[in-house]
Amino acid sequence: MIALLQRDLRLAIRAGGGFGLGLAFFLIIVVLVPFGVGSDSGLLAAIAPGILWVGALLACLLSLDRIFALDHEDGSLDLLATAPIPLEGVVAMKAAAHWVTTGLPLTLAAPGLGLLLNLPAAGYGWLAASLALGTPALSMIGSFGAALTVGLKRGGLLLSLLVLPLYVPTLIFGAEAVARGIDGRDTGTPLLMLTAITLAAMALLPFAAAAAIRINLR
Amino acid sequence: MSSLWEYANPQKFMRTSSVLLPVFSVAAAICLGVGLVWGFFLTPEAENFGSTVKIIYIHVPAAMMAINAWVMMLVTSLIWLVRRHHVSALAARAAAPIGMTMTLIALITGAIWGEPMWGTYWVWDPRLTSFMILFLFYLGYIALWEAIENPDAAADLTSVLCIVGSVFALLSRYAVNFWSQGLHQGASLSLDKKENVADVFYIPLLFCIAGFVCLFVALVLLRTRTEIRARRVRAMLARERMA
Repeated sequence: MIALLQRDLRLAIRAGGGFGLGLAFFLIIVVLVPFGVGSDSGLLAAIAPGILWVGALLACLLSLDRIFALDHEDGSLDLLATAPIPLEGVVAMKAAAHWVTTGLPLTLAAPGLGLLLNLPAAGYGWLAASLALGTPALSMIGSFGAALTVGLKRGGLLLSLLVLPLYVPTLIFGAEAVARGIDGRDTGTPLLMLTAITLAAMALLPFAAAAAIRINLR
Repeated sequence: MSSLWEYANPQKFMRTSSVLLPVFSVAAAICLGVGLVWGFFLTPEAENFGSTVKIIYIHVPAAMMAINAWVMMLVTSLIWLVRRHHVSALAARAAAPIGMTMTLIALITGAIWGEPMWGTYWVWDPRLTSFMILFLFYLGYIALWEAIENPDAAADLTSVLCIVGSVFALLSRYAVNFWSQGLHQGASLSLDKKENVADVFYIPLLFCIAGFVCLFVALVLLRTRTEIRARRVRAMLARERMA
């Protein structure tokens, strides 16, 4: 399983595209928002937590269809499915690799982009913390969506339709944690809920995703 | 002793549903006719609501059926995954567009009602927002059914999506509650509380709800029958090509 993780990471980094693309997309979203809503710094500060979370979510979405599609095309997914390790483990490792190549860079880059949106100083720590806790859930939910659509030719659009409603709770708790942190209110509840979603997604969704892959490979 | 699972046999289902379909259709027409006419013309106007309150006769039953349809899809999806009865999967497929339409009706009548009551068609209130999310779930579910060609694989995948979606729909419901406190009033009906709507409105509302339930059952039966027939036609065409 560790070898699989390493393989996926190497592929993501060497094949270019996927790795930097999510970050660039995140940057683009953050740059576009002030053009859309005006450059009033008070307004930007007010919407910064939400925009940063939505941006991270969309950047994450962008790379989801790569999780299984490439392996499905060249047939290595069939090999992985018949490998001695359980398919659930394969899914979990794929999701982990996706998180390391998109969620982790997004978490690290978000405070820098917060600067562009005039995020209040109290929010930086909470932004990083909420993204660190929430993005694994995004990767895991996303790999479930990717598993559902893996055999489809035009899976990308359908994937976003399937996955975005599932992202709603994560987004709400994530953005709420940052907003509360800025106001100096108690951030315990949203962060705990975010952690709960992430842990539950990691515990349960590999089974659903593996079931979907088995159906698709049948 | 007959078992419920006999109805998993498409032939038996077709025979039984051909009897039940007219019964439910007529029942739906009667209940809806009585409830709507009574509700629209024979009830007094409510204090501080005026005549706009009468949209309740469509709004509340539609909203109830929007959720119940998803629950029904969850049950039929589970039956399909466990016992592999095709009728069950087809019933889930048949129910999805009806549930989506009910959600849309609830959203639109709610908007029409919201304008005079709250002065706005839409607010990001927990109840409204969770219905919007439910609508998105229906869209995704239907899109997945349409996207996959192999009917058994489609039934399997949509069943998995329905189960995962149910968990997240529930989670979203409470997440949006947490996210903002809204304008929407509490539930208008409940069995144990005395806070129901006034009696004059209550009885026609019950008629309307019964009518919507019958309408839903009739539509699901009709659409399931259509799905079964469509699948037979496909099987016959395939056999013809083989010959």
